Amino acid sequence: MDFNDTPEDAAYRAKASAWLAANAGEYRNPPSIPYSREEFVRRSRAWQKAKHAAGYTGITWPKAMGGQGLSPMHSIVFSQEQSRYHVPTSLFDIGLGMCLPTVFTHGQPEAIARYVAPALAGDEVWCQLFSEPAAGSDLAGIRTKAVKDGDDWVIDGQKVWTTNAHLSDFGIIVTRTDPSAPKHKGLTMFIVDMHAPGVEARPLKQMSGGSDFNEVFFTGVRVSDSHRLGAVGDGWKVALTTLMHERLAVGGKPSHAPGYATLMALAATIDTDTGPAMAQRDVRQRIAASYIADEGIKLTQMRALSALAKGEMPGPEQSISKVVVAKTMQDMAAFAMDLSEAGGFVITGADPDLARLQGSYMASAGLRIAGGTDEILRNIIAERVLGLPGDLRPDKDLPFNASVAA
Amino acid sequence: MDFDFSDDAKALREQARKFLDERSGPKVARTVMDGGDATPLWREVVDLGWPAARVPEAHGGVGMSSEAACVLAEEAGRSLAPVPLIQSLMATEALVLLGTAAQQARWLPGIADGSIVAVTGWAEGGAASPAVAHARVSGGTMRGSKSPVADAAAAHLAVLSATGGNGTQLYLVDLTGPGVAVTPVATLDLVRPHSALTLTDAPADPLGTADGYHDWLDRAAVLSAFEALGTATAAMDMAVAYAKERVAFGQKIGRYQGVKHKCADMFIKLELARGHALHAAWAMEAGAPELRQAAAAARVASLDALAFCAEENVQIHGGIGYTWDSDCQFYYRRNRALVAGLGSRTFWSERLVRSLEQRNAVAA
Repeated sequence: MDFNDTPEDAAYRAKASAWLAANAGEYRNPPSIPYSREEFVRRSRAWQKAKHAAGYTGITWPKAMGGQGLSPMHSIVFSQEQSRYHVPTSLFDIGLGMCLPTVFTHGQPEAIARYVAPALAGDEVWCQLFSEPAAGSDLAGIRTKAVKDGDDWVIDGQKVWTTNAHLSDFGIIVTRTDPSAPKHKGLTMFIVDMHAPGVEARPLKQMSGGSDFNEVFFTGVRVSDSHRLGAVGDGWKVALTTLMHERLAVGGKPSHAPGYATLMALAATIDTDTGPAMAQRDVRQRIAASYIADEGIKLTQMRALSALAKGEMPGPEQSISKVVVAKTMQDMAAFAMDLSEAGGFVITGADPDLARLQGSYMASAGLRIAGGTDEILRNIIAERVLGLPGDLRPDKDLPFNASVAA
Repeated sequence: MDFDFSDDAKALREQARKFLDERSGPKVARTVMDGGDATPLWREVVDLGWPAARVPEAHGGVGMSSEAACVLAEEAGRSLAPVPLIQSLMATEALVLLGTAAQQARWLPGIADGSIVAVTGWAEGGAASPAVAHARVSGGTMRGSKSPVADAAAAHLAVLSATGGNGTQLYLVDLTGPGVAVTPVATLDLVRPHSALTLTDAPADPLGTADGYHDWLDRAAVLSAFEALGTATAAMDMAVAYAKERVAFGQKIGRYQGVKHKCADMFIKLELARGHALHAAWAMEAGAPELRQAAAAARVASLDALAFCAEENVQIHGGIGYTWDSDCQFYYRRNRALVAGLGSRTFWSERLVRSLEQRNAVAA
């Protein structure tokens, strides 16, 4: 076993590290005041442009698509080095991680020629329009419809939980084009212009107070057939491509999220009524449990990297990451706040570790749901890894318009 | 980046799995529980060279890497192999790590050819911890009692913790020599025989130092973690197989999320533990300073996984899982043996946190 880079990866890492040191200096520390929306967008675009000019975007994308045509390991090496800085990448993560790979895999030549390059250069922002009020986990149950009209399709409906829709220029949308077909068979995906007439994005406020996501209303929105992704009726297959890219991003805990070390640092500052917190058995046991989960996921990621480095696909153990990370984050943050008594409840910003833990307590509730709920992820593990039978789905083979959902 | 066992270790794992699938498993465990003799199986294991795996070639062994011991431990765990293989591997680690040339020459060849069965033991009943032994050594002899010690009844050599002039450390005790009484002790594990050793001025040869004892504990914990992983995997496999076959309310019970999610949780805990165990295996082979922390994490994570898999395996089987005739009991009971074998989650979690604190102190 060897945790070192291959000579090739080491050389790439050295180059990336040097470039980042020279160009990401201002992001060495997190912003002392959160960015305004305008500043966030401005900085995000500027960072994407800088990476693009230096050849650090689309690292695994085919060269024909404007990418570098390198291996997943290169992309991971760059991400690892980049995560040492607090650079704003989230504006482009969904677009470049999920939407554009779907476009260049299933899109028509005209669309690929128009959209891929500007997205990669940070000129255009994308969002993913999947979930709806009536269909989240049950993605195939969506109701937003697209009806053919000449060379166009007309889209009517509503999407929800769309991250950054209010900042986006384009999106990929899954629609129902044949309500008489069973639910999985009557779907088609399109590229949609978020500034087109009839598209209205309204920010939704999250429990945590922020507004990163939106509901998006589509009223008579026209989309050219040239913007169709994949064949009519192939929307489910195309959507799976999008979701697969989500899974291939060797995820894990967001790089600056608090972990067991944060809990240790916090505990070191606290005196309980029975002595220093770090001397209490339950605190130490909780730290051990958080370490097991945090480091266990990191080690699981490393097993994936090991497979990728050998040109193999990562194994089924990768499916455990998000489901472990989210709940661990919530449990650990709750414990930290318990330990801090009233101090964990009041928002003063005085203790940065406590502030981060309070933030992750709020964020973790959403993380347990977004990108696959805890329950769906367990279903996926049980069914796809362990081979247990799928849930009973009474509507699976019914024409959509004959099912309860219609 | 290569975070996986070597091809050699994987080949050994495959060989071991094939052999043990056929010659061991819950049916064989039951035969032994009912009074059957596992000596022929042990002879075959000796003939395969497994007790010799970690013995250096100079002492008649195969001189394999510690990865070999890890994969053997996992396969023995998976198949509930009713042989003192893991005890033998742990005793061998102690001799290889801490033994003088004379001690190695005296014991390793016999371990390698199977003529000497070697075991290890720290427990002294009660709520002691592995860190402090009450058995005492002075003037070269040991007084005290070690119980329960797995597989001691058939053993010739025991590597035991005791407290002498330099604190708690390991000692070599010839079980066929004077001052040793070995009596069977009933435990919750009805397949793996345990004994109480009563030492009355039994000659005790110091093996390494007090620090060396802790270095050995780390390595024993890694092997035990792999045994736990194998055992837990077998329990999970049994649960999943049942969930795919048992029908209730008109469908296979594996279709219900209550059952399905329980199985998913088994997988999750297992894979978390496996990452830690692999990391600890690396640290053991590399002699890395991370071993203290990695071994503790591997043990805690693997015990968590085994407890959950063993307990929930019964649950998924429902009433039938609770019967004597069901194989569920083997995993359920073996779980307790593995906890008692090297100390509880409490001790090892504490060991983990202490090593994190020490690492922070160094980094600061």
